[in-house]
Amino acid sequence: MNAGASAAAEAVRPSKTLAQFLSVLFARPSAELVDLGPVIGTNIAFFGERIGCKIHVEDLYADLDRHAREDALDELPKFLGRRFALADSSVDAVLCWDVFDYLAPAASGMLATELTRMLRPGGALFGFFCGDGPDERGYTKYVIEDEGHLRGRLYAGACYRGRALQNREITDLFAGLELFGSVLLKSGVREVLFLKPSPTPPYVRELR
Amino acid sequence: MWKREEPARPSSVTTSTEATAPAPAPLMSPGSFDQRREERRPMHEEAASIGKSIIINGELSGSEDLTIEGRVEGKIELRNHVLTIGANGRITAQVTAKAIVVFGHVTGNLTATEKVDIRETGSVEGDIVAPRVAIADGSHFRGSIDMQRKESSKESSILRDLEPESRASMAGELVRV
Repeated sequence: MNAGASAAAEAVRPSKTLAQFLSVLFARPSAELVDLGPVIGTNIAFFGERIGCKIHVEDLYADLDRHAREDALDELPKFLGRRFALADSSVDAVLCWDVFDYLAPAASGMLATELTRMLRPGGALFGFFCGDGPDERGYTKYVIEDEGHLRGRLYAGACYRGRALQNREITDLFAGLELFGSVLLKSGVREVLFLKPSPTPPYVRELR
Repeated sequence: MWKREEPARPSSVTTSTEATAPAPAPLMSPGSFDQRREERRPMHEEAASIGKSIIINGELSGSEDLTIEGRVEGKIELRNHVLTIGANGRITAQVTAKAIVVFGHVTGNLTATEKVDIRETGSVEGDIVAPRVAIADGSHFRGSIDMQRKESSKESSILRDLEPESRASMAGELVRV
């Protein structure tokens, strides 16, 4: 059992890249966000009332769990390929949370392709990779405490986390996106922020 | 010696305590006042409701609060009132109301001018448009939520407490750290 991942799932932990992710939403009027986690009232209020974006709730953990219970995980990549009704380049940001920890390579690849397809140029994708997670089956609900902190709440499920992905594997997974930030937290969780390349000059400056 | 004034009291009602005790300052106690107000109210003021065994196919509109425990398919409009979908309610409809509270199941889009409130037992599959949305832990939701951006000082409130790098970032410029 990875103590880091377990602790991350049960306590408030800092997030180094959440604020940067939020900046993308702020920079875009009427931004649209896809949340791949279960619906959480606090997060909805945060994104809807405070940031003013439109939120698409697409609970992939529920889909994953259903496939696992029906012993149909082999069909998950195909399912993910037609799961999203959102058009190409139609959303500004995607919140993946830690869903990739639970997916086999084929399903991960399909999901990454779909998310890249849906993102608008300049849009952002935020997620984290814990890997080698708790021995018990289940997932974590991540509640946004503020711009720099997340609270993890474990809940029951049919799947375990897979092995921890290496940096190279993560960047290869999102080959159509540019890695903007990758932070390894003390807890062992790696946060990543990807941006979709934009033809217009990027609103990015290096901080020395 | 003070001369005690005789209190005014209804002539038809006299009890032994009233006869001996000093008269209360107000003519009516708060309780009796409420009772009189109650008497002026209509006989039936309960919220309208659609019972468990009722099935409605079509368009439902009204100008009073409504609770649905039955099944409705079609369209519901209560523009200035509260619609409550009870735990037994099963709705497959486009719903428009001032406020919508969901304990049961809804498939369809919800539009509220004030608030949509999905309670723990509630389930919604559809898109929500409302300035405020409350979703309880344990409820089910799939769809999109549009809370109509308020142009108030929310940006300043969210930016105020941030580190400088984050503030610059929030203002629309990403900063690589």
